[in-house]
Amino acid sequence: MTDLAVRPMALRRPDLSATRLRRRYAAERRFRFYGILAVAVAAGMLGLLLGSILYKGYSAFYRTEIALPVNFDPAVIDPAGTRDPAVIAAADYAKIARDSLNARFPDVSSRADRRALSQLLAAGTDLRLRAIAMKNPAIIGTTATVELAASDDVDMLMKGRISRAVGEADRTLTDKQLAWMDELEADGLVAYSLNTTFFTAGDSREPEEAGVLGAFIGSILTMLVTLALAFPLAVATAVYLEEFAPKNRWTDLIEVNINNLAAVPSIVFGLLGLAIFLGFFGLPRSAPVVGGLVLALMTLPTIIIATRASLKAVPPSIREAAYGVGASSLQVVTHHVVPLALPGILTGTIIGMARALGETAPLLMIGMVAFIVDVPKGFTDAATVLPVQVYLWADSPERGFVEKTSGAIIVLLVTLILMNGIAVFLRRRFERRW
Amino acid sequence: MPNVTFLVATLLLATVAFVIGRRRAVEVGGPRRRDLHSLPSYYGLYVALWCGIPALAVGALWMMFEPGIVDSLVLDALPAGMVPADPHQVSFLQTAIRRLANAAVIPSDADPALIAAAAHYNSLQQTASLALAAVLLAVGIVGLVWARSHISPAMRARNRVEKLIMIALFVCSCLSVLTTIAIVLSLIFESIRFFQAVPITDFLFGLEWSPQTAMRADQVGSSGAFGAVPLFLGTALITAISIVVAVPIGLFVAIYLADYASPRARAVVKPLLEILAGIPTVVFGFFAALTVAPFLRGLGGSIGLDVASESALAAGVVMGIMIVPFVSSLSDDVMNAVPQSLRDGSAALGATKSETIRQVVVPAALPGIVGGVLLAVSRAIGETMIVVMAAGLAANLTVNPLEAVTTVTVQIATLLVGDQEFDSPKTLAAFALGLLLFCVTLVLNLVALHVVRKYREKYD
Amino acid sequence: MAAIETLVPPAKVAAAGAGSPVTVEARDVNVYYGEKQALKQVDLDVRRHEVTALIGPSGCGKSTFLRCINRMNDVIEGCRVTGRISLDGEDIYDSDLDVVALRARVGMVFQKPNPFPKSVYDNVAYGPRIHGMAANRGELDEIVANSLERAGLLKEVRDRLNDPGTGLSGGQQQRLCIARAIAVNPEVILMDEPCSALDPIATARIEELIDEIRANYTIVIVTHSMQQAARVSQRTAFFHLGELVEAGDTPEIFTSPRDRRTHGYITGRFG
Repeated sequence: MTDLAVRPMALRRPDLSATRLRRRYAAERRFRFYGILAVAVAAGMLGLLLGSILYKGYSAFYRTEIALPVNFDPAVIDPAGTRDPAVIAAADYAKIARDSLNARFPDVSSRADRRALSQLLAAGTDLRLRAIAMKNPAIIGTTATVELAASDDVDMLMKGRISRAVGEADRTLTDKQLAWMDELEADGLVAYSLNTTFFTAGDSREPEEAGVLGAFIGSILTMLVTLALAFPLAVATAVYLEEFAPKNRWTDLIEVNINNLAAVPSIVFGLLGLAIFLGFFGLPRSAPVVGGLVLALMTLPTIIIATRASLKAVPPSIREAAYGVGASSLQVVTHHVVPLALPGILTGTIIGMARALGETAPLLMIGMVAFIVDVPKGFTDAATVLPVQVYLWADSPERGFVEKTSGAIIVLLVTLILMNGIAVFLRRRFERRW
Repeated sequence: MPNVTFLVATLLLATVAFVIGRRRAVEVGGPRRRDLHSLPSYYGLYVALWCGIPALAVGALWMMFEPGIVDSLVLDALPAGMVPADPHQVSFLQTAIRRLANAAVIPSDADPALIAAAAHYNSLQQTASLALAAVLLAVGIVGLVWARSHISPAMRARNRVEKLIMIALFVCSCLSVLTTIAIVLSLIFESIRFFQAVPITDFLFGLEWSPQTAMRADQVGSSGAFGAVPLFLGTALITAISIVVAVPIGLFVAIYLADYASPRARAVVKPLLEILAGIPTVVFGFFAALTVAPFLRGLGGSIGLDVASESALAAGVVMGIMIVPFVSSLSDDVMNAVPQSLRDGSAALGATKSETIRQVVVPAALPGIVGGVLLAVSRAIGETMIVVMAAGLAANLTVNPLEAVTTVTVQIATLLVGDQEFDSPKTLAAFALGLLLFCVTLVLNLVALHVVRKYREKYD
Repeated sequence: MAAIETLVPPAKVAAAGAGSPVTVEARDVNVYYGEKQALKQVDLDVRRHEVTALIGPSGCGKSTFLRCINRMNDVIEGCRVTGRISLDGEDIYDSDLDVVALRARVGMVFQKPNPFPKSVYDNVAYGPRIHGMAANRGELDEIVANSLERAGLLKEVRDRLNDPGTGLSGGQQQRLCIARAIAVNPEVILMDEPCSALDPIATARIEELIDEIRANYTIVIVTHSMQQAARVSQRTAFFHLGELVEAGDTPEIFTSPRDRRTHGYITGRFG
């Protein structure tokens, strides 16, 4: 404790000398610069992140195709000439693809070289040829030029993602394969087109056959479950706490609890789902219904907090006016308060859903991380979701999955931006200031 | 989706009940309805609730138990010897049967026993559906008739309906508490089982973590293998790096936005931060693993430092960037809560803006900022995807940010993903780690929320 | 600079009147908030060692004028000031003038006491510290002690110097704010309704204080209470709807106002 005594003292004026002021202003400018620097770092990292993903991912949306004359040889497809769909479906289209390549490169004769040659085409080429034959049986017996998707190694090469400069041993394509591709390109047979597979297929071990549709549908199914559970429960909870709850220990506990739940690590919700929904209730693993349940529990606090904020923003005068004409407390809330707060509630819900859509960790716990080729059809089918698909592909060693991963991230981000855009639109359009 | 069908059917039944109840109320209310206590639609709602809620409750119970019963009936009907002993295998078998039962075309190579089981499954399902329909209808109609018979002008339908709705709202609000209880119980039960196999002191103070080895050698609880200290250290290291990155950047961003930025700059920077906050963590993980980590490795290599390809630094830095918007929005909130009169008071004494911020605003907002930082720490500790993708699995006991470390969340994720044998200490360890994670973040959250609330009360 | 400063007893300056030199001179001052004009062509002289009271109904522009004198309006977005205000002959709206230096010369006390959430000591030492007024802790102690003493607070807080300033009573907080302003040794002190948040006893204490310190400073006070203006001020300026209606010696304004509006206001007809 300082002991102060009053003594006559020299008259002291503030030091407003130019030197000192200059120093203070220099400190001011430095401080301001730190602020700008911090913003620049944050914005720069964001730009770097988005830029690197766009750069890595844009090429996932197109693919390399090789235009080849394909002879739909009846001897291979339908030797008996019955045109029975079952027969056409069961034919060996891989041979047809191989034959058309061999016809283009008649010099290639050794077994190993021919195999290398066939590796230029995508793994699913036979399925594509089959689809053509099934759709148009009249094509059998004719030779048609078909643009066939290249294998991912060729695709990567043509997109410039694999360097020709490295030695043969260090790349996935041999010198011979490079030479063949050069020849095809010189003949103008190599073209690029929209990668429809990416939007219409489920997961695959082969990058060129992998698509995001399965994960996208899985995400939609999961989100539907989440929305159906979280929205009504959260609104009911918020309405109760904000409008009706008595102020006592129990409601205090609920409040603290909700605030805490909002900050519980998401992976803990995954453990909950694993132990309770899978272990105790025996719900199916990898199913959107379980994912939706877990994410609903996780999203609840977010929506509750947003809903309470927008309920709180409705001025008491509205409630008093409604009570004044003899409405019961429930009528006041359902007829006046909730409708007025609805834009805010919806905005909060969409933001909560967007966060749930990007969530990965808890879904790993409940098995939505499985390798699933089929596009899910129902809430109990095994499925995965977009962010988990990103995680799975990011783990795959094939070069082609890097662009697929980034492509899936772009799809995910675009979806999120759309959702947030809707939320912003709702807020701008309907929110009123009291 | 038979469940959805039943739900819709029940709702339809309740709608019918509503119409019947309403009509009944109009009948007993007489021509001018003045004698009715409530509006007729409340009587309708009353009847609908009495019809719908019991039916829904019965339906929910049914759905909960039906799959288990059907599954066990199907398994019992399988030829002896086909049912494996391992419960995990059993669940695979069940999936196979269900898939066959739902398949449009039965593959030619399927096991005939399984095909028979699938057919059996389908017939059981059909019977169950019919039975459920009958039960639902019966329950609904009983409720409807009972409630309708009680309608009289003196009955306070509105009050009864509102009472029911209020109870429903209350039950909803208790769900969050139930969630917490469920989390705690599920974590505690599995952890207790884990600690029966591995002593808790070994877990908390052991210096070696290698759950895989313990499994291969089939030494349940071999001492030392479940020592979680390397995980704690790794988590602390990455959290520390991320906080060192996030707090200065986030704080200065908040200061810039609150006191320096022009409205136009704010209109640009704020959405940028919101975008940053909205990016899924798995994207940050990908960014850390494929862009930042190789960059740091290259950078380290060029100045003669050996940086691991999965370094703690890369994961920590990217996590820090992820937390920046979190810190900045919380600090922004608390600094905005500092009254303008204090800034005016300081400015009127001839202080520059930065002097005001450093010596008045930040000290005044400090409790709130500390609370925000604690929340950020809690978030960093619990963050999973970035570390799973960028920090690796090596349980190194090190504080060198250039080496690979592993964290609690990474281990939870890796222990539980892939082949699972419930009951092995390996999977149970994940729950013990989860319990620890939950407790630590719980304490951090509670302290932080308390600090922030006290702070807000001060200036409100 | 090193002149020994002594407190001049209030009685000696009570007679200072029309003869004092002008410290603040406002000529043709207009203030706009966006489109709205808040002050219209205000001309006013503030004399040294006098208390000038600005009175008028709410929203008449008196606080706006006050805040022009230390350019506190600068921070309000969309606020524009035209005309000329000079402090000792120096235009304070000159683009070369340093606001920080100006505010060190023109202190301010606000309507609501706003002590910083720091200790009593640090509150008073804040200004001297940022302006580098003390070379060492001893000098700082001296400044703090003198300022608290002059604000009549030293006796009450001598044992609580390290307690937070926000823990004092409302009247003490306001005197702490006055001490904080005095510590920088400004030439002019602006007071924006300094007593409106205080009870009558604390108000009386502040009014006494104002009368004591005017010996060493020039004071401009905005007040809502005509009694207060009559009690503490030597000169009074009456504002109405952004216009300066009338300014003159306080007794004159209150006994024989020239303008009808002034008369109406001081007799309680409106406002």
